[in-house]
Amino acid sequence: MLREGHEVSCLDEDSESHARLEVNLDRSWEDSGGQFTVGTGLEEEALTSAGIERADAFIASTDGDNTNIVIAQIAKRKFNVPTVVARILDPLRAEWYEKQGVSTVCPTRVAIEMLEKEVLEAAGSGSS
Amino acid sequence: MGGGKYIIIAGAGKVGWNLARELLDKGNEVTVIEDNRNRYTTVEQELEHNIQFGDASELWVLERAGISRADMVIAVTGDDEDNMLICQVAKEKYLVDRIIARVNNPRNRPHFELLGIKPYVSATDLILRLLEHEVPEYGLVHLLDLPEERLEIIEMLLAEDSRVAGERVGDLSMPEGSLLISILREGQGGFVPTPDTVLEAGDEVLAVLDPGLEEELKVFFGSDGAAAG
Repeated sequence: MLREGHEVSCLDEDSESHARLEVNLDRSWEDSGGQFTVGTGLEEEALTSAGIERADAFIASTDGDNTNIVIAQIAKRKFNVPTVVARILDPLRAEWYEKQGVSTVCPTRVAIEMLEKEVLEAAGSGSS
Repeated sequence: MGGGKYIIIAGAGKVGWNLARELLDKGNEVTVIEDNRNRYTTVEQELEHNIQFGDASELWVLERAGISRADMVIAVTGDDEDNMLICQVAKEKYLVDRIIARVNNPRNRPHFELLGIKPYVSATDLILRLLEHEVPEYGLVHLLDLPEERLEIIEMLLAEDSRVAGERVGDLSMPEGSLLISILREGQGGFVPTPDTVLEAGDEVLAVLDPGLEEELKVFFGSDGAAAG
């Protein structure tokens, strides 16, 4: 998203994660226009210092479904971020929260669809 | 609890296990859900069919436990996000009448409120309240907030020079919006005062009041000296 000219701010509780952002970048993450804050999405000060108050979009993609569901709702209800998306691995929870108005991406669902497609295509070409 | 209710408890830690025991003793039907295999095995030895193995934030696990007929869901895992999620789906998806959530980190309290999850119980806050109660220098102890009802209950110790010491309760002109509800007196325990009760220095008085009247009450029950000064 940075490459596409957006301003991107990452919040992570592990300061070491910063190094991962610079893989395949010629300059540092900051020199490329990125921002990095150490903290968790449940800490309001961390969200504020990451610039949530002026964000056009917020993506909750920690490795915890419930954490993402909670912080997505904080971003939406408390900070009124116009676009909020949450990563939810569990398809059942993703489906229900989507119905409640939380935009979700369910990587499990997506992977199942892709795998299914691959398998069916392979099976199709094998039989012909 | 009167008994005969169906209660689901998420988390078989010390809180969840003991709660389950108490609620079962009182004649309720209880299902505890625990996602740690070792913990589950330990607790299962005692609770037997009253505990199920699984992650209580997964909807199918809640459904397997019969959430649609539950009268109450209590989320007491060690993870605040899990407790919030479990209570939110219990309330909004399965329309469970009563939910209770445990707050592990008091800093997460605003999030519970934001998601409409109440009541919640925070052990840290309870201990803080107890501490305040045991340290009388505070002068005025906040016992209970009832924000829904817009009421608070406070406790105050009447000092030697309190201006109301020696006064009949019936003669007090308490600030409007406040009411004396109980007196704790050395040697007598607690009692509800009548108009003829005479206040004594050393009494601890409990009052219910509209929020914002604390200062006024502090002056009202305070020392004569403070009023003159």
